[in-house]
Amino acid sequence: MAQQRRRILITGISGTLAGELARRLEQDERVEHLVGLDSRQPRGDLERTELVRADLRHPLIAKVLATHRIDTLVHLALVSTPSQVGGRSRMKDHNVIGAMQLLAAAQRARTVQSVVLRSTTAVYGSHPTSPGLIREDAAIDDERRGGLTHDVVEVERYARDLRRQRPDIRLGVLRFASVIGPSIDSVLTRYLALPVVPTALGYDPRLQLCHQDDAVAVLHRATIDQVPGTYNVAGPGVVYLSQALRRLGRPAAGVPPALARPVAWAAKRAADLDLAEDQLPFLQFGRVGDITRLRETFGYEPRASTAEALESFAATGRVRPLIDAENAARFERTLRGLLPAPPTTTGPTESAATTTASTTTAAPAPGASP
Amino acid sequence: MSEADVIALDQHRRATRGAARCGAPTAAGRPCRNRAGPSGWCRVHEPESRNEQPDEPAEPEGSPESAAGGTSRRGAEAHPARGSRTRSRSERGTATSGRAAVERFDRITPPAARRRSAAARPPWEPAPLPRPQRAADPAREPAEHPGEAGAVGATADAGDRQPQTLPPYPFGDAGSWQEAVGDALAFLRRRLTGEYAVDPLGFDPDLTEQIMLPLARPLYRDWWRVRTLGAQRVPPAGEGALVVANHAGTLPFDAIMTKLALHDEHPDHRHLRELAADLALRTPVVGHLARKSGDTLAHEHDAEWMLRNGDVVGVWPEGYKGIGKRYRDRYKLQRFGRGGFVQVALRTGAPIVPTAIVGSEEIYPMIGDVRVLARLLGTPYFPVTWTFPWLGPLGLIPLPSRWIIEFGEPIDTSGYGPEAADDAMLVFELTDRVRDTIQQMLYRNLMGRRSVFL
Repeated sequence: MAQQRRRILITGISGTLAGELARRLEQDERVEHLVGLDSRQPRGDLERTELVRADLRHPLIAKVLATHRIDTLVHLALVSTPSQVGGRSRMKDHNVIGAMQLLAAAQRARTVQSVVLRSTTAVYGSHPTSPGLIREDAAIDDERRGGLTHDVVEVERYARDLRRQRPDIRLGVLRFASVIGPSIDSVLTRYLALPVVPTALGYDPRLQLCHQDDAVAVLHRATIDQVPGTYNVAGPGVVYLSQALRRLGRPAAGVPPALARPVAWAAKRAADLDLAEDQLPFLQFGRVGDITRLRETFGYEPRASTAEALESFAATGRVRPLIDAENAARFERTLRGLLPAPPTTTGPTESAATTTASTTTAAPAPGASP
Repeated sequence: MSEADVIALDQHRRATRGAARCGAPTAAGRPCRNRAGPSGWCRVHEPESRNEQPDEPAEPEGSPESAAGGTSRRGAEAHPARGSRTRSRSERGTATSGRAAVERFDRITPPAARRRSAAARPPWEPAPLPRPQRAADPAREPAEHPGEAGAVGATADAGDRQPQTLPPYPFGDAGSWQEAVGDALAFLRRRLTGEYAVDPLGFDPDLTEQIMLPLARPLYRDWWRVRTLGAQRVPPAGEGALVVANHAGTLPFDAIMTKLALHDEHPDHRHLRELAADLALRTPVVGHLARKSGDTLAHEHDAEWMLRNGDVVGVWPEGYKGIGKRYRDRYKLQRFGRGGFVQVALRTGAPIVPTAIVGSEEIYPMIGDVRVLARLLGTPYFPVTWTFPWLGPLGLIPLPSRWIIEFGEPIDTSGYGPEAADDAMLVFELTDRVRDTIQQMLYRNLMGRRSVFL
């Protein structure tokens, strides 16, 4: 099985990650045949990939699987914001019904040995009752659903159904944290690039990011090696949202929860930024997956940490910093220069006297009163 | 006389309902409520019983049981003044009576762990009386009071590993004010440019050490005059441990003070990573500050991750039941959850450090609980104290009780192996043992203190 050359179908080929993955698979000689499927034209220049323009819900899919004798199905077509497809109900149709039809076709196609499903850590929702590092086997509470979370939970359920119907299929579910990188254009990157970034007042979520190269490398390995199982995929470590904004040099404006909706609406109008309502808890509580399983079971060590992924995004120059580190350091040096020299230069006795003086004043003998 | 406090356990109180009571004055000034014997006094206050020798036939000296017993039992042997207590308890014949408890601990302690802990454990000593002058002195050097050093739990086995004194206000450790301003500038620059590291659970050591802990230090030193004992019993840096403590005081100041106590008094200045309720993490401002100071949700996955990472994890198994209990129930440990913390310790092999906090239960004496308001606000309780809500914001000022935080002898769990986490009976017994140990430490330190406030 190991040396069999793969015949791969990638859905959502017009996406950035899918394009990168296809280019990488084209270079790989373990790949015999590559088919890309999307309802839109892919942006990249793909050579070996045979493109099929069709919607996921089209009955043609089953035929594509059969005629190309596909053995590995890579489902990357996941719409994360309503504005991409024009409305929440169409987003749901696309995500849930599309995945259902695709997986039904895969169940019928005897040649399919392996399914790689792109999911996201949004499946856990954002809730203060989630552990700080969410493991893959964490219970998913039905009440927390809404929007993208709902879709992803449903899609994963169809995938598990498929696994039950066809136990011979290897199912790999990759739950990506927010993917970021030089060529990624997502809600998060647009959000971070706003002139003034609205944040939830009184909350500071942790962000967990995944560099696009790591995401593609994990997808590549899951596709070629057919690694089964569910994995959180992200760079190690986290940054706080406030910290990320300061690293990017963006000013933040705290918005009270009552004004969250009007501000989200304004952001949609003014900056073409779709802060879907179900993602607002994300700006309060965030979500961070535990990547121990990715490292130990899947066997992949992310090359970029969350902080480095953020750095790579900042380096593209899409975000102009208001305060950068060099300015701040120069300003600090200037201010330090204004200070009189510390008295340590005058002699050790005096400095010792000041230290003792400061410690005695520091502990103003409160025990004297009792 | 003050032994009566110790005897006044719940079940004992229940047992004496309707029966004749002893009535001897106790340390707290109340009459003793123990059941009276034929002489009109209880066993503790009976004159001949109090003059008896402490040695009990129930517990022969030097037997393996006595070496392996919990801290409280060893304490009873080592301290003659408590002999009468030992006797009255072992004779009472209740489920928690001495002999049975010793045997049970013996059975569940693996031989290797028993030998190790018996060798490492110093002889039990009562917590000394708090000394006002010393508590005020931030240095707290044992050399200053050489005669007392042996008696003080904190200094008995500390050796030369004394923590350095930490400054009482932010940036106070610089030599001069110019350096302090320089430090503050550097800190501001780091905050402004985001050049600080946080761990995956959100712990921000820079902010915690520079701002949060110094802000809590005046409360620790001047308001509650906390005296910390046995901080060096917590394992050194890099080794995981689970600190388990009693919870009280309506607002979790005890958690903040324990965090500060471990950081300031431990030779390695360890940070206590506390397991918080989701209510704290969901509250604006408090939530993310708690995370930045190293707290996370009380969830076994997070606790396990931190223990494997070599952190000291703090847990308050009583939860809301403990922190929201009435003033009349002070220092009575509530239900200890479902023993999840023991399972985590067993799975990771981390030692459990039982910790007793005395003083926290008097900061907000809760005399009532308005359920309706609590339900409206979505909180587990709505406290009514002597001052709150009558005095408005002034009622939020906690009472300046004097605190003692004692870190007890670690209970080794590595001998059982990770599979033992699924042994419900063992988990139950270990939970009981930890709870018992903390309760005994509480009683001991309560007896040692002269008054609530001085």
